[in-house]
Amino acid sequence: MTASIESLATQDYKYGFVTDVESDVAPYGLNEDIVRLISSKKNEPAFMLEWRLKAYRHWLTLTEPTWPNVHYPKIDYQDIIYYSAPKAKQPGPKSLSEVDPEVLATFNKLGISLQEQERLTGVAIDAVFDSVSVATTFKAKLGELGIIFCSFSEAVLNHPELVKKYLGSVVPVGDNFFAALNSAVFSDGSFCYIPKGVRCPMELSTYFRINAMNTGQFERTLIIADEGSYVSYLEGCTAPMRDTNQLHAAVVELVALDNAQIKYSTVQNWYPGDKEGKGGIYNFVTKRGKCAGINSKISWTQVETGSAITWKYPSCILLGDNSVGEFYSVAVVNNYQQADTGTKMIHIGKNTRSTIVSKGISAGRGQNTYRGMVKIQKGATGARNYSQCDSLLLGDKCGAHTFPYVEVKNSSSQMEHEASTSKIGEDQLFYCQQRGLAAEDAVSLIVNGFCKQVFRELPMEFAVEAQKLLNVSLEGSVG
Amino acid sequence: MNLLEIKNLHAKIGNEEILKGLNLTVRAGEVHAIMGPNGSGKSTLAHVLAGRENYQVTSGEVIYQGKNLLEMAPEMRAREGIFLAFQYPVEIPGVGNSYFLRTALNEIRKHRGLEELDALEFLGLARQQMKLLEMDESLLNRAVNEGFSGGEKKRNEIFQMSVLEPRLALLDETDSGLDIDALRIVSKGVNALRAPDRAIILVTHYQRLLDYIVPDFVHVLADGQIVKSGDKSLAFKLEEQGYAWLEKDAANL
Ligand SMILES: Nc1ncnc2c1ncn2[C@@H]1O[C@H](COP(=O)(O)OP(=O)(O)OP(=O)(O)O)[C@@H](O)[C@H]1O
Ligand SMILES: [Mg+2]
Repeated sequence: MTASIESLATQDYKYGFVTDVESDVAPYGLNEDIVRLISSKKNEPAFMLEWRLKAYRHWLTLTEPTWPNVHYPKIDYQDIIYYSAPKAKQPGPKSLSEVDPEVLATFNKLGISLQEQERLTGVAIDAVFDSVSVATTFKAKLGELGIIFCSFSEAVLNHPELVKKYLGSVVPVGDNFFAALNSAVFSDGSFCYIPKGVRCPMELSTYFRINAMNTGQFERTLIIADEGSYVSYLEGCTAPMRDTNQLHAAVVELVALDNAQIKYSTVQNWYPGDKEGKGGIYNFVTKRGKCAGINSKISWTQVETGSAITWKYPSCILLGDNSVGEFYSVAVVNNYQQADTGTKMIHIGKNTRSTIVSKGISAGRGQNTYRGMVKIQKGATGARNYSQCDSLLLGDKCGAHTFPYVEVKNSSSQMEHEASTSKIGEDQLFYCQQRGLAAEDAVSLIVNGFCKQVFRELPMEFAVEAQKLLNVSLEGSVG
Repeated sequence: MNLLEIKNLHAKIGNEEILKGLNLTVRAGEVHAIMGPNGSGKSTLAHVLAGRENYQVTSGEVIYQGKNLLEMAPEMRAREGIFLAFQYPVEIPGVGNSYFLRTALNEIRKHRGLEELDALEFLGLARQQMKLLEMDESLLNRAVNEGFSGGEKKRNEIFQMSVLEPRLALLDETDSGLDIDALRIVSKGVNALRAPDRAIILVTHYQRLLDYIVPDFVHVLADGQIVKSGDKSLAFKLEEQGYAWLEKDAANL
């Protein structure tokens, strides 16, 4: 490799502004009182408080996992603020007009004007600012179909029976250290229920934003697709530039009943830290879907370009016979970013199928790890898995690592695994330049080609967005 | 008018000097064939002209259309009309052949102050050229060179060339790996590009190609220099006698 590919310049993070809003903030640290405070701020029913306390007590018995291939200084969990909400004039905005104009301006800066979204794009957005859901667009229209799409807090108050039934049914409170933490302190998130036989006519979308300093964002998403329903859901995220690291520990649970389909797409662009590796978000997230019913299907598509550290494994539990799990992932690390991401496919039902396509791109001094598990249980007769893990290196100070784990307890299953690691060759670059493309354009062309299999799984408008993001996060990776 | 003037060009890769004082002048409208033993520096010359970075020019100069070529970035050279048909075309997985070529064409058009072509306009143009080269249109939808046969890759290079309409085309062993029919068809494509304001430099090992694309000059490149120049008859002589007699000459230079 010549110096041209090695030399790495600054990448500009254009979402790094801070919004000046008055916030309602809890004191630093975590204890039972904080958990109670959060619960009471949200006027939660007793069952929620009990659930949180149970999670908190369990969390105390757990230790932070050390097995991911990522390195960071120890987190002081007493040095984090667990609740921060933009102060509302009256509690609980009922419509966009009640939302703090500063907050709305932030979303506008991000290019997702809610009003505009509502009117023009046909994408329904639930926007989470720090820890509270600010506004949910399109509520009325969805309501006509019986679709519930609202903030998690509203769901707890208005649909407690659904929350009670499904919350923690995929990711139990004690699942892992970060999931337990989230269960204790989550302050908001999105909730979605698609009734029987309804095909949700628009993309549903949540936009997360961490604004306040030293605040953790712990949101919770729960999506339930009832029998024969379909929903496509997108999640996007950004955070201001700050020197200190911020913790984001979310939990996402998906439940697909008989013949239901959930397509969950993420474009994650949390602040990655500066080019020396200072600051950035720790993105420690638990995402899991349960194909509970027969012929159900859950697809995860993720484009991970942000965060200082990413630690997440969107997974599928394939319980129903003939159910299908998919995982399509692009993970990019540049500068000092680290990512340890992948999936778990757990085949329990008969003739269950799973597909894993992972594309890791490493530039600068970034370290990218794919970690995946395919587990085929005894009863999963006729189960099939296809896995493909490709890594692309830009320069030679970065790293790519692959850890595929396989556990097969049924001999009738079929597994296929392909893996490759390649460098963006001088050959490819020169070939493009010789045809008239500038080096930067050539890199983005080659990288986009590499990611194509994943991008084509994204809804059209987000595929374009993802491509742009990818180009931004690799900016300066050739000189 | 001199389109290209190479004067006393020295170039090395790593510590090895490959081009050792090469001189060559090419005027618009001409076709030059360069022949020579394996490893003598033919591809090196082509890559140096196209601006590949891992070759280091240590002395000499190259004037292209009155400008110092060696100062230009590779993509600028391409936009100024230099096209290299690679001896080993490169695969770019996931990038559509059609999209790639349209992007390239539009970069060049922008540079020349022309309107960019949209997908549809481009398709019209591409189809026309593919027809001329008797290429299967399905190659447009495949990834650049990915899984192409050796001959398909070479033909794809010529296809790109006919769409990009270069001023100076460098064809590095485009004939190797082509079957007899393909050779004829590709030659037809190259001949169609011959024009008074264009020049072509063909690198080849075989006289056969020159039956189809008749050159104005034939040069022998040996050990980093042009050791002999002549007309088409030189190619016949080489075919009969090989390079040994010339290398002796070179040693005595
Ligand atoms: N990357 C490299 N490192 C070291 N030597 C190199 C490198 N690339 C080319 N060379 C050497 O430079 C010399 C000239 O190579 P070049 O490819 O220009 O030859 P050629 O005339 O095109 O040969 P052929 O007819 O086989 O295509 C050869 O000896 C080759 O081994
Ligand atoms: Mg050669």
